[in-house]
Amino acid sequence: MEKDQSTVFAPASGAGPAGVAVIRISGPASGAALYRLCQCELPPPRRLARVQVSDPVSGNVLDDGLAAWFPAPASFTGEDVVELHIHGGRAVLDAVLDALGRCPGLEPAEPGAFTRRAFENGKLDLTAAEGLADLVTAETEGQRRQALRQMQGELGRLYEAWRQRLLENLAHLEAAIDFSDEDLPGDLADCIRVDVGKLLKEVDGHLADGHRGERLRDGFHVAILGPPNVGKSSLLNRLARREAAIVAETAGTTRDVIEVHLDLGGYPVVLADTAGLRDSDDLVEAEGVRRAALRGRESDLRVVVLDASDWPEIDPPTRDMMDGEAVVVVNKIDLGEPKPPLLIGDQTVHPVSALTGEGFDGLLERLTTTVAERLAEGGAPALTRARHRRALENCRAALGRYLDAGADELAAEDLRLAVRALGRVTGRVDVEDLLDVIFRDFCIGK
Amino acid sequence: MARRTLRVQLGLTRTMEAPKFAAMDAFDVIVVGGGHAGVEAAGAAARMGARTLLATHRLDTIGEMSCNPAIGGLAKGQLVREVDALDGLMGRTIDRAGIQFRVLNRSKGPAVRGPRAQADRRLYKKAMAELLGEQPDLEIRAAAVEDLLLDDKGAVRGILTVDGTAWRAPAVVITTGTFLRGIIHVGEAQTPAGRVGDRPAIGLADSFRQIGFAMGRLKTGTPPRLDGRTIRWDGLEAQPGDDPPVPFSYLTSGIETPQVVCHITGTTAESHALIRSHLHRAPLYSGQIRGTGPRYCPSIEDKVVRFADRDRHQIFLEPEGLDDPTVYPNGISTSLPEEVQTELLKTIPGLEEAVMLRPGYAIEYDFIDPRELWPSLETRRVPGLFLAGQINGTTGYEEAAGQGLLAGINAALRVADHEPFVLDRADGYIGVMVDDLVTLGTTEPYRMFTSRAEYRLLLRADNADQRLTPKGLALGCVGGERARRYADRMARLEKGRRLLEGLSATPSELRRRGMQVNLDGVARGGPDLLARPGVTLAKLAEIWPALGEMPADVAEQLEIESLYAGYIERQKADIVAFRRDEALEIPADLDYGLVPGLSTEVREKLVRARPATLGQAARLSGVTPAALTALLGHVRRREDRLSA
Repeated sequence: MEKDQSTVFAPASGAGPAGVAVIRISGPASGAALYRLCQCELPPPRRLARVQVSDPVSGNVLDDGLAAWFPAPASFTGEDVVELHIHGGRAVLDAVLDALGRCPGLEPAEPGAFTRRAFENGKLDLTAAEGLADLVTAETEGQRRQALRQMQGELGRLYEAWRQRLLENLAHLEAAIDFSDEDLPGDLADCIRVDVGKLLKEVDGHLADGHRGERLRDGFHVAILGPPNVGKSSLLNRLARREAAIVAETAGTTRDVIEVHLDLGGYPVVLADTAGLRDSDDLVEAEGVRRAALRGRESDLRVVVLDASDWPEIDPPTRDMMDGEAVVVVNKIDLGEPKPPLLIGDQTVHPVSALTGEGFDGLLERLTTTVAERLAEGGAPALTRARHRRALENCRAALGRYLDAGADELAAEDLRLAVRALGRVTGRVDVEDLLDVIFRDFCIGK
Repeated sequence: MARRTLRVQLGLTRTMEAPKFAAMDAFDVIVVGGGHAGVEAAGAAARMGARTLLATHRLDTIGEMSCNPAIGGLAKGQLVREVDALDGLMGRTIDRAGIQFRVLNRSKGPAVRGPRAQADRRLYKKAMAELLGEQPDLEIRAAAVEDLLLDDKGAVRGILTVDGTAWRAPAVVITTGTFLRGIIHVGEAQTPAGRVGDRPAIGLADSFRQIGFAMGRLKTGTPPRLDGRTIRWDGLEAQPGDDPPVPFSYLTSGIETPQVVCHITGTTAESHALIRSHLHRAPLYSGQIRGTGPRYCPSIEDKVVRFADRDRHQIFLEPEGLDDPTVYPNGISTSLPEEVQTELLKTIPGLEEAVMLRPGYAIEYDFIDPRELWPSLETRRVPGLFLAGQINGTTGYEEAAGQGLLAGINAALRVADHEPFVLDRADGYIGVMVDDLVTLGTTEPYRMFTSRAEYRLLLRADNADQRLTPKGLALGCVGGERARRYADRMARLEKGRRLLEGLSATPSELRRRGMQVNLDGVARGGPDLLARPGVTLAKLAEIWPALGEMPADVAEQLEIESLYAGYIERQKADIVAFRRDEALEIPADLDYGLVPGLSTEVREKLVRARPATLGQAARLSGVTPAALTALLGHVRRREDRLSA
């Protein structure tokens, strides 16, 4: 005999005492569980009803609350779902969860079980599920906005719209191959070429977004770089307002890269302290210097720190990091003269004192503005994951080959690969889609 | 009765124990139905050495073309070549009966070209009868089959005819086409029939229902037939065949039947107005027909409604034979009442005076949900029972032939207690078709298109022999003559490939010969040069005269291989991944209720489809990557438990 699909339950609200806690129950036995706990008929779908929650065995009243009934398939998971809104105390929550655990056919949900069921039942596509996961873990306002847009399907819709457009073009090309003896429009191949060319430009634009969405999701990387003992770690600590890096007087204290996560104006920033840049015979320190330089090159933004007391010597390894976008900071202005210039080349200099905090308002503002400019959400949704980027790069490569391909069947092969690459993002690939378009658009058949 | 042996060859080094056929059975394999699936099934089973009976209700309709008088076309031509590569009958038959040969898509690449031929209907039946007559171990009898004989375990044991005769066999192949509860519609008139003039099979349809097979209903249509002597041919666009005609079969060296010219006409605005005013009398629109029709072969009433902006629909006037005046107007299949059809003809250029020999009609019939089948085409419900052709929801002679061939081979293998013979999506169009059918089922009559094949660049009409004949040789379904021809061709090809690969020239030499290459000092090999756009073997022969002596078929093969070389490399990588998923078998007795993490919907889909492999499960609509992961994990754990 086949086992029934299980019914699972779990608190859907956060841990810790709160005014209200929500318990979600999903699966075929959820309606029966509501009846057992509340001794009431199922309320009308998607309406809150007042219920008394009792222990199904002893009959003891556990809490007074609200219940909502979402019959399949119009629910979050696509299954029958019950939501119990009860008082948020730990003891109440534990008692109700315990009572649910004793209902036949119910079991506690594994982490992510509700989302997984929603995905498996086709309620979310892959990008929406990823967006939901990001939404739940979002820490900053910018991340929340992006995750919400993705979960609401904005990214999925963009890719799906592209996929649909490619699919139509592919279908038209396939029609020209499979039904060449029918009356088909003569300019079919040219129309396809023009549209695919346009689409390629759009994909290019999407890919050339400076990794905005991925940065917003995973954090914008800022590296603090400079010669040893200019106060890089102190600068980090001042920015992070806590003792994250070990600060000592001896040069070369920071041998590896130390990271702190900051919320700058709603955007996530990963600030990294690095080893001082100088030539060293110490193997350990040399490795630290190598890593620092690497980190500097890979970062989205470089903060180069110089020493006001050691002005104006700048070693070549430090100068290499001072590209046009770098933020140049001169530290230790509390040590007095000489005052640093306001510009080095054409770069603005931020004079600060990590010791007294002088100049940090200006520096923070500069960093926040830079991050906001680079991460600002524009009109189009952004690429948020490397997985998407890989698929889109494959798609772009296939489209490029399509434009070069000579024969129809080779062009079709490349378009097919491009469609498949996009389908990998949203999780959709189907030959029948193709035939649907062919038979919708053309009068085929003798 | 003497014990019989199955002819099986597995290369030179391996021998196989001679399989045994039970002496008490009158036959090893019984094939019911003499259409395009039936003849291939019977031929293949007999070639495998099984003692085979072909039972059909009328001997004179064996090999009948009940729809249009043509074989092949795009994707269908590839199917015919595949059937031929396994020593099937269709290619050899059409080569003896074809009256106009044309390779479609000549302007496109070889992977999407499809050989097609108009047939002389009578010559086709005659040629088919001759080929079947030459086949040892094959007996043909006229009998209307009423029921299946099953044993107490539910396995097939033979057939029962309408007159009460029982024939026993451990394997039965049913290929009854549209005969299961067939109903013909001409306007408001309905007649139970399997084809015009033939009774439907009702007993058999009831048996299938009683056994519990999931069944559905489909429809298809045919156009009226015209008397060609009353068609005004002058002024119509003429369409000549290829000269010289290219045969289908690898065994045919040349076409000997006289060749004819076909003509094209089309409907007019007047035709469309007439159809619109009579739509309420078309069974399609009055609700009289409930079955689902094919989207790619719509009736003329369908086309006029769906593509209202078109002022003309093409009609190909196909002759049915050299000394038969019947003409098949391909493009106006219809179920309108007879008198409306007569009026319709008057609105079509060239057909104004044409005499209608038979009205067009729509036919509705039962089919068995092909998800009831294993990839061997044996039914899952009744061991020993195989189904092939239109009964499985397909349309087209070529699709039927491919299935018939596969079912015939597998029926013989089953009787001999051997593993079934299965073709996958990378082996050939037959594999694509069977996989689509048994995995996804169908909601309309299933027809093959090249766009259904993921590995289209590999599954070509020109290399069907290289893809399938070695498999046929290993099975024993390929006869001696084909084996010799195949070995010859492979030897010639090999020699040609070696010659080409052995050639190379420096850039400056090539420049002197008028070829634009970079002067980078790197010598170019023969295959690289041939892969360049616009370079033919004939052009290379100007540099290396030895290439000019290559036989034409070898030269063609080498050119095609180099044309696709880059793409095929990539497809081969795909195929490796595809075959890895196909290699992961899902046990037939898997209890999907025990697989954790499957949604009810996915579980129901899997239970219904019972995919044989993980790859097949992935092709089911709605089966998500997450569900596949769950399934994969469960199957792996189960294997571990079983082997522990």
